[in-house]
Amino acid sequence: MTEAATTLRILIADDEPPARSRLRDLLAELPDTHIVAEAKNGKEAIELAALHQPQLILLDIRMPVMDGLEAAAHMQKLQPAPLVIFTTAYDAHAIQAFDLNAIDYLLKPIRAERLQTALHKAQALLPKQLDALKPLQKKRTHLSIHERGKVILLAIEDIIYLRAELKYLTVRTASREYLLEESLTHLETEFAGQFLRLHRNCLVAPQYIVGYEKNSGEGENQWVALLKDIPETIAVSRRQQHLIKSS
Amino acid sequence: MAFAAVVLSQTFAEFLPTLTTLAAIVEPILLLSMVSLYLLFPLLNQRPYWQGIIGILLVVAFISAAFCLLVNRYFIFDTILSMPRAVLLALIAAGLVLYYFHLMQRAYSPAIAEARLQALQARIRPHFLFNSINAVLSLIRSQPKRAETALEDLSDLFRVLMADNRELVPLSQEIALCKQYLNIEKLRLDERLALDWQIDEATLDALIPPLILQPLLENAVYHGIEPLADGGRIIIDISSKHQDLLIDISNPYAPEKDHHSGNKMALKNIKERLQLHFDLEASLVTHHQGGRYHVFIRLPQHTQP
Repeated sequence: MTEAATTLRILIADDEPPARSRLRDLLAELPDTHIVAEAKNGKEAIELAALHQPQLILLDIRMPVMDGLEAAAHMQKLQPAPLVIFTTAYDAHAIQAFDLNAIDYLLKPIRAERLQTALHKAQALLPKQLDALKPLQKKRTHLSIHERGKVILLAIEDIIYLRAELKYLTVRTASREYLLEESLTHLETEFAGQFLRLHRNCLVAPQYIVGYEKNSGEGENQWVALLKDIPETIAVSRRQQHLIKSS
Repeated sequence: MAFAAVVLSQTFAEFLPTLTTLAAIVEPILLLSMVSLYLLFPLLNQRPYWQGIIGILLVVAFISAAFCLLVNRYFIFDTILSMPRAVLLALIAAGLVLYYFHLMQRAYSPAIAEARLQALQARIRPHFLFNSINAVLSLIRSQPKRAETALEDLSDLFRVLMADNRELVPLSQEIALCKQYLNIEKLRLDERLALDWQIDEATLDALIPPLILQPLLENAVYHGIEPLADGGRIIIDISSKHQDLLIDISNPYAPEKDHHSGNKMALKNIKERLQLHFDLEASLVTHHQGGRYHVFIRLPQHTQP
């Protein structure tokens, strides 16, 4: 299949089959559009976007696994970042935020004319617009790591610990370490209750802690946390030792 | 509230023996109370109910105390009046009258309960309406027959939602409505939505407030099924036990993915409607167990006479 240079490459992301089929029908009647892939949730949308590099994503807001707002934020790490048009049946808060920040959206049921206009003036989301959507987002379900031009999604429940290094955070999963450019304090607030601050520079997921051990050495006794699946241990700071007693 | 003082005089007249001296003591207190309450009426009427009550009692207490002081000081009567006793009697009389009014009001204004019932009528999520219309639109070209059925179901559902829903309906009618509702949801969610109906035949004639089940199923879909990529199963279990109708609706429980504010509203609404219909005889409780979220309803099992 040959595509003209002017053809707009589009990715559809919606969890409901009829909603996707409706968009397919509408786009079929619009010239110079081509659907490169269809995703059933936000996570799939990011993966398919990385694979097919669409210019534009029609992104539903309420989807399982990862919602559209979170997916849009992660997608900004793709190079080039796709243009995003949100689609929603009804979400008063999101619509208000979109209107205030000139973010493109389509209300379901979507009209052909409205879709055509939106395609013409679609533009990339600006960081400022993404910031405006933050209050609408629930806790993220994934962290996104930008690595060698690729975006890697790490499910929060797979993360064993997060440790602050000089400029980056080290994110450890059972398989390997990743580098992330975010602040530990920010993550601690966002995922309150899901991680324990065992040390000033380290957040650990309690479900991966298998026990505590006293490490004698360097003169002073130091408690460390033993972790499931990985050999490393995490030092427990003196101030956090009450956590050991309570566990 | 000014009325309180008028009736005050009657109760007092019956309550006290016919002694004119006593009447002469009581009447001025009553008249004064009446006049001052009448004058204060606009002021008291603006206040919340309990503040009004306190206001009335204070006025009555003050007037009876002042009158006693006056009488005792100038020896108008040859007996000395006990002030605490007079104040207490006046307060008791006023209290009785107020309680009487309160009962009267409750007994004679079912209109208030009616109005509340009407205000509590279930409301469907706009989210559902627009998504459903979108789904129907997608069917029109490819499967016009299915689109027809879906629109018929949708209109039946909205007819009930917009109707006057104060009368009890047979459970079978509510179940039929729920099935139409779930047909529409099935259109959108397809194999992600699995259903399990376990209904005791003997309960089908039982009378329940309309739109008790449908909002619960809507919650189950919205909070239990939609957040799951692979969907899940909703179990509807209806049985009867010791003259009670037991309803148990459960869905997969997704703790982190949940946002429960909307859910609470619907539950509170159903709880209040159950209470207005059955008072303490009905109950609604929720809990999660074994990865599922349950809503239990118990209500007295009435059937059409």
